[in-house]
Amino acid sequence: MNEFLTLMKSELVVTAIIFLLLFIKIGKGMKNDSLLSLVQVLLLVNFIAGFFLNSTGNLFGDMFYTNPLIAFQKNILSLGVYLISLLCADWLKKTQHLAEFFMLMLSALLGMFLMISSNNLLIFYLALELATIPVAAMANFDLDKKRSSEGAMKMILSSAFSSGILLFGISLLYGTTGTISFPEIAAQLDGSSVQILAFVFLFTAFAFKLSIVPFHLWTADVYEGSPIAVTSFLSVISKGSVAFIFITVLYKVFQPMQDVWYTMLVILAVATMVIGNLFALRQQNIKRFLAFSSIAQVGFILVGISSNDYMGITAVVYFVLIYVFSNLAAFGVASVISEHSGKENIDEYKGLYKTNPFLSWILALALFSLAGIPPTAGFFGKLFLLTAGGAKAAYWFITVAALNMIISLYYYLRVVRAIFMDKNDNPVGKIKISPSVKLALLICGAGIVLIGLLSWVYDHIHTLSFKL
Amino acid sequence: MNLLLLIGAPLLTAVAVLLSRNKAQVKWISLVGSVAQLALAFALLYAFRQERAQNNMSQMLFELNYKLFDSLNINFHFGVDGISVAMILLTSFVVIAGVLVSWNIEKMTKEFYFLLILLALGAYGFFISLDLFILFFFLEISVIPKYLLIGIWGSGKKEYSANKLALMLMGGSALILVGMLGLYFTAGHSFDIMTLSKTSIPANIQNLLFPLLFVGFGVFTALFPLHTWVPDGHSSAPTAGSMFLAGISMKLGGYGCLRIATYLLPEGAKEYANIIIILSAIAILYGAFATMMQKDLKYINAYSSVSHVGFSLLGIGMLTQTAITGALMQMVSHGLMTALFFAVIGMIYDRTHTRMTNEMGGLMKVMPFITTVFFIVGLCSLGLPGLSGFVAEMTVFMGSWENSDAFHRIATIAAAMSIVVTAVYILRAIGQTAMGPITNTSHLQLKDAAWNEKLAAIILVAGIIAIGIAPGWLNDLLRPAAEEIMNRIAGK
Repeated sequence: MNEFLTLMKSELVVTAIIFLLLFIKIGKGMKNDSLLSLVQVLLLVNFIAGFFLNSTGNLFGDMFYTNPLIAFQKNILSLGVYLISLLCADWLKKTQHLAEFFMLMLSALLGMFLMISSNNLLIFYLALELATIPVAAMANFDLDKKRSSEGAMKMILSSAFSSGILLFGISLLYGTTGTISFPEIAAQLDGSSVQILAFVFLFTAFAFKLSIVPFHLWTADVYEGSPIAVTSFLSVISKGSVAFIFITVLYKVFQPMQDVWYTMLVILAVATMVIGNLFALRQQNIKRFLAFSSIAQVGFILVGISSNDYMGITAVVYFVLIYVFSNLAAFGVASVISEHSGKENIDEYKGLYKTNPFLSWILALALFSLAGIPPTAGFFGKLFLLTAGGAKAAYWFITVAALNMIISLYYYLRVVRAIFMDKNDNPVGKIKISPSVKLALLICGAGIVLIGLLSWVYDHIHTLSFKL
Repeated sequence: MNLLLLIGAPLLTAVAVLLSRNKAQVKWISLVGSVAQLALAFALLYAFRQERAQNNMSQMLFELNYKLFDSLNINFHFGVDGISVAMILLTSFVVIAGVLVSWNIEKMTKEFYFLLILLALGAYGFFISLDLFILFFFLEISVIPKYLLIGIWGSGKKEYSANKLALMLMGGSALILVGMLGLYFTAGHSFDIMTLSKTSIPANIQNLLFPLLFVGFGVFTALFPLHTWVPDGHSSAPTAGSMFLAGISMKLGGYGCLRIATYLLPEGAKEYANIIIILSAIAILYGAFATMMQKDLKYINAYSSVSHVGFSLLGIGMLTQTAITGALMQMVSHGLMTALFFAVIGMIYDRTHTRMTNEMGGLMKVMPFITTVFFIVGLCSLGLPGLSGFVAEMTVFMGSWENSDAFHRIATIAAAMSIVVTAVYILRAIGQTAMGPITNTSHLQLKDAAWNEKLAAIILVAGIIAIGIAPGWLNDLLRPAAEEIMNRIAGK
């Protein structure tokens, strides 16, 4: 019993919060303002609780597995959810169904926790569904906007499709190995053609979730249609969690087939970076812009994953941590501006610096971090991904990735240029930023500047992953 | 002397600038900060000479080593040899002059000085780093300031120039990054320059990595044909921005070409030396002839920079000790000279509101101080003995001549011919602007230099003359360091 409590504590805390919200909802209910403050406090508690009592072990007959690294990954996700609750406070206060929104979001988070911890194809599949379906409902939360429903519809259809493919892959895998437990599958793999086919199906499902090219087409529409709170959840938390389990599946389950997936990974990484970047060049809407930029970022994550050793794990976890700060800062600024002025186009950001210097600097910092320019943390994150990917001495691969950094710099600079240099007769008016948003933006800004320079963060992740 | 002071001083200045309340505070804090940097640079020179006088012949002095990313073997490893000391001295001269000439900037003063100092911080950090990763970090730090300085405070087609500069330099960085990772894995997970300089790297890997690193750093220092950002970037940047770009940032590239590419990969350097020579000879001649066609003073200096920087690359390509010493001297000399050139052009432009030589004339009569400085820097540029340009170029030619085969001789002669062209365009530019009758009567009311401009010019002129009249001290700094590099190339 005691072991159950410690090993599953992250899941239990999140479940407790969900039930608390449920009781509040069916009880007397609360005003949005106070409910939001309560949720923010609870999420902060959830984040802080993640630091304690982390141990290694498995439960339910080896279906559930956790260790300090996995706990750390969960904590990154908790941090992201906490930041989203702060950043999108202005929008959240106005929604009619705040309690439901957080119940859905936390259910998805619970799903992600279970997914990262899964050690078995069955629980993996269930957790993945739990992590996906609530998000589709959340995407529809701008109830009066048609685009929001459209986005949700696209999301649920593409998720259902990818789940179908995943299930097919799982059944093939079970058929050839006779087991659904991760370690036992790894022992049974012999690289037969059916297994390769099964792997391709599994890979495709992951590619859908991570929006790897050519399975990225749903991303931009869903991102654009959803409320920014959901978009940022999708692009940061959702992607991060899938990237974590993707590593586990590749490194742990499909280790015997590493030659097969290395080639696939390299080709798809190049395609994802190039196509994500090229599409981002011409986007006008900031959400679509960030959608394609996040596709390109996933390409870089794949470069890191291709290393197939603890360096890759460290680099990816570290990158996702930095990505949480950078991308949430960018989305946070976009959310504030959209909420106060309704403007979501990059052209409408022209002259932002004159009226809102604080927001401009945070957005610029976030974009430079995404582009990988020092002194921001993004520089370190990207460089370590490339270092991990370069371990196999695939110089052309690293060169392509490095050249992609130039393309991405071009479009990030486009936004920076609009903010700082271009003139505009009708700029975004002066925005009064509420304290919680300001706090979150400051946390993000501090994270972007400090995470890179505080080298013990990286070394800590390294120690955690090296122990595996 | 603790090298961290060199990073600490600009960092503190930058933070103080951020916290300051009004424009006057910003300016004075920046000035005090840059004076402190100058003092530190001189203290470093003094301490360095003291150590050498006491026969401390270790290659790097004042070494510091702190662990940073322990698991990846990335360390804060700092240390200086003669080359770094000379470059730091150059940087501090340009920084103080840049702060002084920007005294009257009205638009977003705080941000301007903050970015300027950030740029300086990157340069100091770059020159003292002995770890490739940290060196790259400091090299890249300057991207944001450069981009914003040109894009916000620039003139002309500034957004285009800022974009072009940022992207081309990023391209260079991408190549450096790949080369750097290649070195890291070849040397068994080490970014340390001193460790790398002791490992023997197989020739085929050297031949692969050398072009990446040399071209990567070459973009920063206007290696032909990747020089195209130079004219646009320099002419669009605000005065202090151009001074920093040409005076400091281009030297980062030259330093990298020598210290990283050539020093760490000597076999690669030998393999590609002829190509470097051809490219730099083209750059020297092409730059000189292209300058002939320019009428805009900033473009004149930008294209002549391409030509002058070509001499330092030529010196590196010649691979003799004298030529490399000359190349380094040329970097220092050109840094001071071009910064002064841009400062003077800025002063003239602030008054006449034009940079076109054909719209000026007779400025000598209304602003004698500025035009005198213009004369001095022009003469330095065309290589008048007694000024730094002559010393540096002469050393490069002497070093080049040590190679006795026809190819090297022809390249040297071709490069030397450019001096004639230089004389033509410099004398013509000075003649058109300073001499003759005053063509535009509104120019009669113009005032001569203010105190801050005079001070900036005097500091830089002092540097130019100090090298021109007594080059011995610079030679003493650079020659032993060049010898270390030659030893590695000769395989000792």
